[in-house]
Amino acid sequence: MADFLQIQGVSKSFGPFQAVRDVTLSVAQGEIFSLLGGSGCGKTTLLRMLAGFEDPTAGRIFLDGRDMAGVPPWARPVHMMFQSYALFPHMTVEANISYGLKHDALTPAQRRDRVREMLDLVQLTPTATRKPHQISGGQRQRVALARALARQPKLLLLDEPLAALDKKLREHTQFELMSIQARTGVTFIVVTHDQEEAMTLSDRIAVMDRGQVQQVGSPTEIYEYPVNRFVASFIGAITSFDAEVVARDAGFLTLHVPDFGGQVTTREADFAPGTRVTLALRPEKLVISKDRPPGNAVQGVVKDLAYFGKDSLYRITLASGALVQAHAVNQARGAAMVADWDDQVWLSFQPSAAIVLGG
Amino acid sequence: MTRRPTFLLSVLAFGFAFFYVPILSMMVYSFNASRLATVWGGFSTKWYGALMSNSQVGEALLLSLKIALVSSTLATILGTLAGIALVRFTKFRGRTLFSGLVTAPLIMPEVITGVSALIFFLLLAGWIGWPAQRGFTTITLAHVTFSMVFVTTIVQARLLQSDRAIEEAAMDLGTRPWGVLWDITLPVISPAILSGWLLAFTISLDDVVITSFTTGPGSTTLPLLIWSKVKLGVTPDINALATLMVLAVGLGVAVAGVVMNRAEARRLADERLAYRAQG
Ligand SMILES: Nc1ncnc2c1ncn2[C@@H]1O[C@H](COP(=O)(O)OP(=O)(O)OP(=O)(O)O)[C@@H](O)[C@H]1O
Ligand SMILES: [Mg+2]
Repeated sequence: MADFLQIQGVSKSFGPFQAVRDVTLSVAQGEIFSLLGGSGCGKTTLLRMLAGFEDPTAGRIFLDGRDMAGVPPWARPVHMMFQSYALFPHMTVEANISYGLKHDALTPAQRRDRVREMLDLVQLTPTATRKPHQISGGQRQRVALARALARQPKLLLLDEPLAALDKKLREHTQFELMSIQARTGVTFIVVTHDQEEAMTLSDRIAVMDRGQVQQVGSPTEIYEYPVNRFVASFIGAITSFDAEVVARDAGFLTLHVPDFGGQVTTREADFAPGTRVTLALRPEKLVISKDRPPGNAVQGVVKDLAYFGKDSLYRITLASGALVQAHAVNQARGAAMVADWDDQVWLSFQPSAAIVLGG
Repeated sequence: MTRRPTFLLSVLAFGFAFFYVPILSMMVYSFNASRLATVWGGFSTKWYGALMSNSQVGEALLLSLKIALVSSTLATILGTLAGIALVRFTKFRGRTLFSGLVTAPLIMPEVITGVSALIFFLLLAGWIGWPAQRGFTTITLAHVTFSMVFVTTIVQARLLQSDRAIEEAAMDLGTRPWGVLWDITLPVISPAILSGWLLAFTISLDDVVITSFTTGPGSTTLPLLIWSKVKLGVTPDINALATLMVLAVGLGVAVAGVVMNRAEARRLADERLAYRAQG
């Protein structure tokens, strides 16, 4: 498969410290691809290698079939939107956007048209003649985007594009980003440490930890089928239990879970009987009830309860002392909640809702 | 607890007095009718008149201004380039040595700088016959070498706190490093360059020590003239000259201050407006 962007075994060391380790990824044309991970996991470093600001210590990068080794930043058809926006403070919004265009063979009229088109795209026409310090944070973010898009790059790199915005503006801008990407068709690589942002924006996500890619997949794959404990706990909330495989049948796995004081059934996974595994349960997959339901169930006491309006979060202590988080949607207005403090309740879940991880 | 502010205040008052009383008394005595600098003989402006008709003073002032203008401009160009090289091109060989060498002249006694400049010019004259005579050129060169260090220090400090990403963004948008220097780096640090230039200009304008080592016959700058006149006894026309210089410098500083305050106030107002418009 000749993919648009191919990153093959790329590593980057700063002295003895390895910031990026053996990363292999491929990104298709027109995709919104996210790099998701905690602070310091090497996201920016990987992005800077794609932009040409850092040379990989090992590995190769191909863009549209062309080896990028030794190609300087100014010669790459790749543009970057910086974490700090990096607008030119001494130039107007207009001049910022048209800056890169001076390297393209355009007539002054074409150049003006392109700038106007970009201003239009990000809805900044009224502020065209202002300087960066005369516009708001959200507007700066859009200037940075317009500037990076003006030369019609093949690949746009966005380093935490929404991190500097407040929550409301961030949600609004997410959708704006997606619609701009859809209209321009440019391939986006978005760096973020916000898992919700990654889930909303991306076609695919690469979850990184300590310089390594842990899992690549669609938001659903990453959320529903995490491959290890790190991914499972990084994306969404999770409660994990130590368990041991008892039996493996067609379509099912039977686990012994000491915290449950018995056995549970889950969907089949590639583990032989006797293997020590982790049973991971997401709060919204657990059902709370007063009476014992059939299937996987365990009894506990409501320790803590938080009401969020649309749903409530319960913390339930099991007989073994383990603490479990469970979500319940508040369906009817004013209706009594499923359970109250210190109530004895049953927690249950479908075999297909459980995540079984190695180790 | 109440004693401490009183103590601090009196120290402060004493410090100010120590600095300003001599200057004020000099200004007052410049209007002294008496020939004797230390005896008050009534109010008069005759020394200012005498100053105006003294062609020696006019020539010295002109020479000082010429030297200050040329040396500060050269020092600014060289000092800025050195500052950029030190901060941005981090990987050249001998960088640590170079940055040490740049700051050394800041703490070098001026006498040493002056003597070494003199010896260098004498040696050079012996080898290649230039400079045949000391004067405008030698003074200017000596001033360039020591005032450039101040420009470098200011530019370096400004660059260290400026966002490297701005330059990377320009490069990312297709501009080569030299273009980035011209399009982005220089405009962004231009206030620092301007203040470096002003500093170099004033340093050159009031320098006595290095100038006296590198000057030659017929090249008397204003500070040298004052110095040589004072050696023969303080006369009221020197007071008048010094008063004019204090006023000129004071005016310059005040104007610069007002302009900068206005610019800062406008920037703050703009920012407030922008945040209100954010909605
Ligand atoms: N030039 C450098 N020299 C030495 N170490 C560096 C350099 N650049 C980055 N690092 C280190 O590499 C690691 C990864 O940095 P990077 O900036 O890629 O993190 P990140 O994932 O972008 O984090 P954040 O979410 O905080 O932006 C960090 O530990 C950082 O200290
Ligand atoms: Mg980063």
